[in-house]
Amino acid sequence: MTTLSEKAAPGTALKPALKTATPREPVAPAAPVLTVRDVRISDRVTDREIVHGVSFELTPGKTVGIVGESGSGKTLTCRATLGILPPHFEVSAGSIEIAGTDIADLTPQQWTALRGATISAVFQDPASYLNPSIRVGAQIAEVIRVKKGVKRREARHRAVELLQAVQLRDPELVYGQYTHELSGGMLQRVLIAAAIAADPRILIADEATTALDVTVQAEILDLLAELREHAGLALVIVSHDLAVVAQLCDEVLVMRDGEVVEQGTTREVLHHPRHEYTRLLIAEHESYGLDRFLTPQETS
Amino acid sequence: MTTEHARQQPAATPTDESAVLEVTGLDVHYGPRRRRRRALHDVSLSVAPGETVGIIGETGSGKSTFARTVLGLVRPSAGRIVIGGEDVGAYGTRQWRRLRRRGVVQYVFQDPLRSLDPDLTVEESLSEPLLIQGVPRQEAADRVRTFLARVQLSEDLLDRLPGELSGGQRQRVSVARALVTEPKLVILDEPVSALDSANRVQILQILKDLRAAGTALVFISHDLGSVAGVADRIAVLYQGELVEVGAARDVITDPRHVYTRLLVGSAPTLRTASADRAERDRLRALLHA
Repeated sequence: MTTLSEKAAPGTALKPALKTATPREPVAPAAPVLTVRDVRISDRVTDREIVHGVSFELTPGKTVGIVGESGSGKTLTCRATLGILPPHFEVSAGSIEIAGTDIADLTPQQWTALRGATISAVFQDPASYLNPSIRVGAQIAEVIRVKKGVKRREARHRAVELLQAVQLRDPELVYGQYTHELSGGMLQRVLIAAAIAADPRILIADEATTALDVTVQAEILDLLAELREHAGLALVIVSHDLAVVAQLCDEVLVMRDGEVVEQGTTREVLHHPRHEYTRLLIAEHESYGLDRFLTPQETS
Repeated sequence: MTTEHARQQPAATPTDESAVLEVTGLDVHYGPRRRRRRALHDVSLSVAPGETVGIIGETGSGKSTFARTVLGLVRPSAGRIVIGGEDVGAYGTRQWRRLRRRGVVQYVFQDPLRSLDPDLTVEESLSEPLLIQGVPRQEAADRVRTFLARVQLSEDLLDRLPGELSGGQRQRVSVARALVTEPKLVILDEPVSALDSANRVQILQILKDLRAAGTALVFISHDLGSVAGVADRIAVLYQGELVEVGAARDVITDPRHVYTRLLVGSAPTLRTASADRAERDRLRALLHA
């Protein structure tokens, strides 16, 4: 049993990777930036296991997708990798390594150093992660100033560059705007800008496009794909919609009631689903969705 | 109206006497005179008996305004609305109430908790519209059971309150409630958006069955995917105007208007990949030009 609290945190320097590769995992071509090994998450109060073992490995430029309904454990898994599990939840078994560091050993200070700089995340409701009374640009600049240790003027300059990088049409204008002046899609772009401000290697997008219109969702997904290609970001895309995950991901995990019921390459999962729940998710698109009209020839 | 993109121009629509819903040149404005904002402009649409028409639109497209106007909850500033042969454009509040009470047109909204009375049991919610119409109690009870079965709910749920049902069950109750009066037309505004996959599939299947039973449906949604599987025709609303109307298959496989092309290209499917990114970028540039 490896819990976050059980392991005492040594020193301030990040520990190098522990050489404990499990035999069932294939040898990855590049060193993984995120390794999740049979992670189980329990509620300490009720002593109930909520997530019953999740394993995946993420290398730079790759994307893992987690699909599931609310309550399937996908968000808890993300939160565990970010070290922000809700109170009285704990990783009760398994291990998570971020860029070779077992996170069970981390002190709060080390977590602070890791978050933003190595692993970062965006969530469903961007507005609730921004201060409504501070201009959005200043909030990004602050991230840069704190994480990168640069001067105010330089931070401002880089913030505008980031707003440009997330394809906001008038970055200078947006810099000076408040949250209520921006649409949901623009806010999510601002959040992505803040999330990538300290050049993380991993970005988790937890239902980041769920509240957005389809055309805006596609814009955000395209942006994530571009960041992955140009910045070599490794992505974790979490969604209730298998199709959203299918757009971007190399590997898919289908979760239900805390269990990974299906896992494999996107192609495998889409074409040869083994679990009936995955088949339901696919059938929904094929019988009721746009896929009904798409001929098999268009299969990617 | 960008008529060159519309497959079916309003003028070309024959004024079908038998149409359940006939909307012509609908304009809706909100706000005080000085700061009037246009929500709908020159919207024309006709729905035949037993037909399912999907209206697709994103935030701010005016799709909910359309639903509310057709239900008499919002007054149009111009245009004609004919429901079941009755010109309801000039109807006042009282006439609308009478029309709704007759159960000619019914509705289902996204959030069943807000369209069902929390203090009425499922049985009371379902029989109320019938009793108002003067249907005898026993007959009403029979009809309620018939329609409950049609939405695949067990009779055990009859004495439950909405709060005691799951989200999917609740939405099925509101579908059943919309149906008990055997309306000619049901307006559904985002009926499946708040549901999970299993419940969404179930509701969509019920809607398909309804179409087979001859009820005309106007299925309003932001999600092209959920409408695609049910609708005979699809109408695309963009910034308050209908930019494209056509057979569902045509609109999806061969969209004409730039916005429809972007919408279809953006909708996630299991078979498209990020390869379409360049095409989407091109369409976005075209649309915003």
